[in-house]
Amino acid sequence: MRQLFRFHGGVHPPEHKAVSSAAPIVQARLPQRLIVPLRQHIGTSARACVAVGDKVLKGQTIGRAEGYVSAAVHAPTSGTVVAIDMRPVAHPSGLSDLCIVIEADGDDRWIERTLLDLARMDASHVRNRLRDLGLAGLGGAVFPSFIKLNPGATAKVPTLVINGAECEPWITCDDRLMRERAQDILTGARIMATLLHATDILVGVEDNKPEALAALQAAARSLDFPADIVAVPTLYPGGGAKQLIQVLTGKEAPSGGRSTDIGVQCFNVGTAYALARAVQHGEPLMSRIVTVTGAVARPQNYEVLLGTPMAELLEQAGRTSEANGVIMGGPMMGFDIADTAAPVVKATNCLLVKSPKLFPPLPRTMPCIRCGACARACPARLQPQELYWFARAKNFGKTQEYHLFDCIECGCCNYVCPSHLPLVDYYRYAKSEIWAREQEKNAADLARRRHESRVSRLEREKAERAERLAAKAPVKKAQATVPPDSAQAAARKALAAETLARVQAKQAAAAPEPLDPPASS
Amino acid sequence: MLAAVLVMAAIALLVGGVLGYAAVRFRVEGDPLADKIDALLPQTQCGQCGHPGCKPYAQAIAEGSAEINQCPPGGEDGIRRLAELLGKEFKPLNAEHGQPKPKSVAVIDEAVCIGCTLCIQACPVDAILGASKQMHTVLAAECTGCELCVAPCPVDCITVQPIAEDLANWKWKYPAVPLKDVA
Amino acid sequence: MAVSPHILPPAQSVTRVMALVLLGLVPATLVYAWLFGPAILINVAWAALACVGLEAIMLRLRGYPVRPYLGDLSAVLTGWLLALSMPALSPWWLTLTGCMLAIVVAKHLYGGLGQNVFNPAMVGYAGLLISFPALMTQWPAPLALAHAQLGAADSAQYIFAGHLPAGLKLDAITSATPLDTLRTQLKQDRTLSEILRQPLFGHLGGKGFELIAAAYLLGGALLLARKVITWHVPLAYLAAVGLTAGVFHLYDVDHYAGPWFHLAAPSTMLAAFFIATDPVTGATTPRGKLIFAAGAGFLTVLIRILGGYPDGVAFSILLMNICVPLIDAHTQPKVFGHGGDDA
Repeated sequence: MRQLFRFHGGVHPPEHKAVSSAAPIVQARLPQRLIVPLRQHIGTSARACVAVGDKVLKGQTIGRAEGYVSAAVHAPTSGTVVAIDMRPVAHPSGLSDLCIVIEADGDDRWIERTLLDLARMDASHVRNRLRDLGLAGLGGAVFPSFIKLNPGATAKVPTLVINGAECEPWITCDDRLMRERAQDILTGARIMATLLHATDILVGVEDNKPEALAALQAAARSLDFPADIVAVPTLYPGGGAKQLIQVLTGKEAPSGGRSTDIGVQCFNVGTAYALARAVQHGEPLMSRIVTVTGAVARPQNYEVLLGTPMAELLEQAGRTSEANGVIMGGPMMGFDIADTAAPVVKATNCLLVKSPKLFPPLPRTMPCIRCGACARACPARLQPQELYWFARAKNFGKTQEYHLFDCIECGCCNYVCPSHLPLVDYYRYAKSEIWAREQEKNAADLARRRHESRVSRLEREKAERAERLAAKAPVKKAQATVPPDSAQAAARKALAAETLARVQAKQAAAAPEPLDPPASS
Repeated sequence: MLAAVLVMAAIALLVGGVLGYAAVRFRVEGDPLADKIDALLPQTQCGQCGHPGCKPYAQAIAEGSAEINQCPPGGEDGIRRLAELLGKEFKPLNAEHGQPKPKSVAVIDEAVCIGCTLCIQACPVDAILGASKQMHTVLAAECTGCELCVAPCPVDCITVQPIAEDLANWKWKYPAVPLKDVA
Repeated sequence: MAVSPHILPPAQSVTRVMALVLLGLVPATLVYAWLFGPAILINVAWAALACVGLEAIMLRLRGYPVRPYLGDLSAVLTGWLLALSMPALSPWWLTLTGCMLAIVVAKHLYGGLGQNVFNPAMVGYAGLLISFPALMTQWPAPLALAHAQLGAADSAQYIFAGHLPAGLKLDAITSATPLDTLRTQLKQDRTLSEILRQPLFGHLGGKGFELIAAAYLLGGALLLARKVITWHVPLAYLAAVGLTAGVFHLYDVDHYAGPWFHLAAPSTMLAAFFIATDPVTGATTPRGKLIFAAGAGFLTVLIRILGGYPDGVAFSILLMNICVPLIDAHTQPKVFGHGGDDA
């Protein structure tokens, strides 16, 4: 029996997992149109590599990874690219982002797939392929997986943690995946272990999922894979990577660092499954399991093509009359979806349909009484009441002194607050202000540098001109009646007059159609 | 009487010595004031303050020949920071120097541009690319939105457009907590 | 509109926190009434009413909605705590003055619920003690020792009209508290054992008083069990009181009362579980709570023994209130990933 540790704080919100965990995963219907956002992961947006009108095959790369922290996106089915434009996407802002819209032809015809031969390929080649196959963490952060599969300078990450804790209430996509596809998950874990040179493989599953635990144990036996399948106590946010690592190993990932600094790497079970599909079948990441639950007629898990409009998926799950909103993610960390035309993306683990009964309006907020309940609940051992105080006062320097950026936004403080203060909102606000100011400062520094170099360049040129002039002066003394500066000015004036005339002619010619400027960007 | 004078003199000497020593020993080789002020200015280099750039304005403030409320791009926030640094009272922005505007970038209508290079010469941060009789374009990442390129353009092909909110620059809003509202 | 989380546990509110604290005060209040007569009940009711009324006025003046803020019960709690700290037979205007100091000055002038630096009830008490020292020492004598007993009607008449039943003198129904008696008599060069043999004193502390202390302890246990307070403050406070008193006691057995005597004073237990645990004005970090409460306990005994007032609870709490920002700033627990261990 492995010795388990515990993390500070945590809460026990009502689980509601049974609502959707009983039924098996079903295939979501193929929608007529799929909307594939180019930004589905942390990092730089992918760059579209198809054009409107192109025919695409299922699994074809339609957006290439751009920059280091990025991942490719793929056509989830065969069809025609009908648009590449801004569409509403799943984001708390409700803003739009660049998406590739594919009209499905219904054939669902695959592109030719090549399997990854791990024995023959070197590790960096494998990682590049995974990047091209669009692998990103499916637990929520959607960080490109190939980066995390690089053991880095240490060349070795001894401990691999596979995260099947799934601590958010309502969500059961990992639970069902573990129950039904445990072998694939462990196959993926084995590939990860190989790439990372990990020797200790731990699969952490909260003890409220006994079927998943049993399935994984059986799979480990049949694969003869020495993974330690560990039941961890059910306690939110036990599925946070840092928390799960702490529970399983007793180690804390350093602030601002990575878990590999303590020799641990952590992946979600869904990512392990996707990796197995990628390596063994050459399949890019273009579908995922999504829990549809809450106020729907048929709450259960669906295997959904990325790009499927949420509205279509909700339709399949059966709308109910009392539904009054949709949360993407769970009730603790999810956000409201402004427009269900937005597509399912790599980060969509759950669509939770709200109803007034399931999600009664939150009670009114009262002033903070500094009771410290938040500090007792905080898994990061922060002092949320102090962070709230400073964030509210827009004293961002102080929020950083109190380690704002160690907040994982799990919502525990918020959950236990007797004054019902939206604490996490304040932290998000403060974080994004600090980031914005950082960017502003960088921009200002850049501008200062550019301005200074310009000023010095102008001075240098002036000095050089003066020098040249001084050298020529004795020779041209006689004919130097007009100072060269004013000669130059006269020339410029002449040029300006000439061009002005030319442009006026051009503008006059263009006059009939001034409202339609040619696309410039 | 004499003893008192001597004691006072001795104390004065001692304290003076200590202070003098401390002044040398703990001397702070900090930024001169103008640099500190310059660090708070937005570096738009727009000249709206009446000085040819942010640095000269910072020097003018440091010398006391300019007020702290002459920088529209810095906005009220900027004035507050300057006031804090200099220990002065906050003053509202002097409207003579303009109004704060949302962050913007210059955009050249490339179809109309005649390649006269006048805007390139006007740009304080070398953010416009082009050559004589060649089309010019603005490096949006480097542009400070100072608008100095707008006036010299003989064909009025430069517009300054506010930067639209997108997923990359979107910010979480300040939470509205209605402590005073009647529920 | 909050973004996430989208759920909150149903029964959790400031009101619930305050209601539990009030519940914790019930046993001691009942014991108090049983041993000292019903006057305390009248005084508690009056103080709570006065505080609620003043709170309503202040909320209205400051433009806050009255109903939700009165519903938080914090004003009731302030009044109740103040009444328990004052002599039960205080005239109505004295209690009202205390309530004004607490609610108007200490609470709302500092910004209302959650913003006050000083414990409102203790500001009220301290203000009265300084302004009306004589009235504040007229405590009802334990019924067992009193020469006469006041019923509810008589008590009310005295509190609100100042009349005692015919033929009854105030001296017959009041006495100094055990702590006060000890102080004055020690000054008259009596030895400790001599003083403690008097009928006013019981097994550990004052006769009757020690039972009230026990009832506070019971109420405090309830708060601990319901997780309204943590163990840090009561433990550190009581330990500091006991240790400080013990050191003095060992220094001069004849002159300084032992730790049990100080611990068995009702004010000690009230402070340990109900006053020093006030979240708004106390330290919030675990280590901060220990320092805050230990400091308050130490000062309490020091003021009792060396100071000019009969009890030191109010002043010690107020003094430590001043130190709270400093204490909190220097006792921040190690944040996750900063190389600390779970505190």
